Amino acid sequence: MSQPKITPSTNLTKPKLDLSSYGPFIGLILLCVIGAILNRDFASWGNISNVLTRTSLVGIIAIGATFIIISGGIDLSVGSLIALQAGVMILVLNAVFGTLGASFATILIGIVTALAVGFVAGLLHGFLITKGRIEAFIVTLGTAAIYRAVLTQLAQGGTITFTDPKLSSLFEPLYYGTPLGIPVPILVFLAMALIAGLLLNQTTFGRYVQAIGSNEQVSRYAAINVDAVKIWAFVFQALCVSIATILYVPRLGSASNGTGLGWELEAIAAVIIGGTALKGGSGKIFGTVVGSILLATIGNVLNITSLISEYLNPAVQGVVVIVVAFLQRNRK
Amino acid sequence: MKKILLAFGAAAVISALAFGQDTMKKSIIGVAIPSADHGWTGGVVYFANRTKADIEKMYPGTTVIVKTAKDAAEQANQVQDLFTVNKIDTLVILPYESAPLTTPIKNIHDKGVFVTVVDRGLTDESAQDAYVAGDNPGMGTVSAEYMGKKMNGVGNIVVLRGIATVIDNQRVDSFEAVMKSKYPKIKILDKKYANWNRDDGFKVMQDFLTRFKKIDAVWAQDDDIAVGVLKAMDQAKRKDIKFVLGGAGSKEFIKKVMDGDPLITADVTYSPSMIRDAMNLTAKARVTGSKMPVKTIIPSVLVTKANAKDYYFPDSPF
Repeated sequence: MSQPKITPSTNLTKPKLDLSSYGPFIGLILLCVIGAILNRDFASWGNISNVLTRTSLVGIIAIGATFIIISGGIDLSVGSLIALQAGVMILVLNAVFGTLGASFATILIGIVTALAVGFVAGLLHGFLITKGRIEAFIVTLGTAAIYRAVLTQLAQGGTITFTDPKLSSLFEPLYYGTPLGIPVPILVFLAMALIAGLLLNQTTFGRYVQAIGSNEQVSRYAAINVDAVKIWAFVFQALCVSIATILYVPRLGSASNGTGLGWELEAIAAVIIGGTALKGGSGKIFGTVVGSILLATIGNVLNITSLISEYLNPAVQGVVVIVVAFLQRNRK
Repeated sequence: MKKILLAFGAAAVISALAFGQDTMKKSIIGVAIPSADHGWTGGVVYFANRTKADIEKMYPGTTVIVKTAKDAAEQANQVQDLFTVNKIDTLVILPYESAPLTTPIKNIHDKGVFVTVVDRGLTDESAQDAYVAGDNPGMGTVSAEYMGKKMNGVGNIVVLRGIATVIDNQRVDSFEAVMKSKYPKIKILDKKYANWNRDDGFKVMQDFLTRFKKIDAVWAQDDDIAVGVLKAMDQAKRKDIKFVLGGAGSKEFIKKVMDGDPLITADVTYSPSMIRDAMNLTAKARVTGSKMPVKTIIPSVLVTKANAKDYYFPDSPF
């Protein structure tokens, strides 16, 4: 379990050893021990890399969600946004592949498309929330419905896929590639966690995000440009979704109405399990990373054993989430 | 009600006989279906719109109005609007959910509208004149028969289930029943929900591959799940699995069968085109006055390389 080695410098008092803030980490270790006892293949590198790779997609989105939630906002549109971005990215690639072929330019266009859609969506969210003065919950609930509907329209209710198999093979290394023996999504996830950790704790932007989440009014008195910070936080979240899209598309080469369904709740759950307060103010990127891995691991442990009936599996996930939240309940 | 219908029917037949085609009964047919929220319903919308054009061409004067709904409440409103605003005399409906739509359908049925229910039966059968549906238990049976035979009755399989619903239970129960009685040496290693989508198919299959070192075949039950299954096998470079059986008859998979894909050797239909069959049967009964069977079950058919071209609709979204 690699972790970004960042000590939060926001604590002005000397940091005390606070067991409760390690709740999710302890939960994850317990879960891994149980998994390894139930099936010795759990600890195999193959399985670990499967779990971490599948964590990466929601995990990267959850990193963005950490900023939004710390700033006191919420983004319910991320699951729909990944579906829309994936659909648009595939359609654009299908259109340009005829002329550009299997070239670096094609890959670049795919990546830029996903980032562009994300950038526009993030700006839209930010402006509607700050300048339009609409609650983030409502804005993103609305755009979530819009994005998914537009994708369904583009797909004519079906599935958008790469028309040329050569496109799939061109993009596949972005998901299935393993430089240094580690799958690309895991490397990207770690890099994103490091960058986000630095951004949150070592930059003025990060401090402002935390300040606004603690007390928006006081932040305004302190001459912080609250609107700008909020807009950029939503842009950062949407760009995180773009990066997840760039990794998601090569996996199956398709997008449909079901793409990313419920991912917003998974991302929010990862953030909260990781110790960020839903009311905002403070939080940890490392916690979010652990929270995401924990969520994916529960499903994996249940899949590689048949201890509990297939009908009750979701209940086990519910129990684990509540237990972990209990372990870290005293954090302020 | 039946008497009125019979009288209508008789009158239609007599007039058709006496005056030929021109005096066939002109009908206004409302078609209420779920909106295209996933591949299969996308296919339903496609076939409904295509059949609308066919019917209006075949029976001049007959109007077909297609309405799609995103949930049961919206569909209930559409049923009312179709009756009061569009003045339909016939309704073909694929109910979003059975229970909440039974009363609205019964209301207009009691006022004389002929009702054909598709795929999902109403809780009160007296509210419908005809029922047209796919064969879920049959889909499980056909799949099990094919796999059992192809594996010569021996081997290990894994099963990926859909979403926990009656449809999924019927398929899986009848699949297991065949395996138990006819192919007892085929072992179902485990079965887990993959929710009829590609991402979950990929994830569940990855974990099956971690857990079981020797799998001979996979029953994915659904073509979308099978897409994920194939990718997971590809990634793990597993060669022990001899074939994967999907289901529903998506164009992508029918094409694979047609082209002789080594892993996708067959498919089992549960086609969204059942809406087309329902609309055609209903329109024929209403316009010509012939009697429509009370229950029509569209059988699930095994598609192999030999007959795949009959089930290939390249311009359908599904």
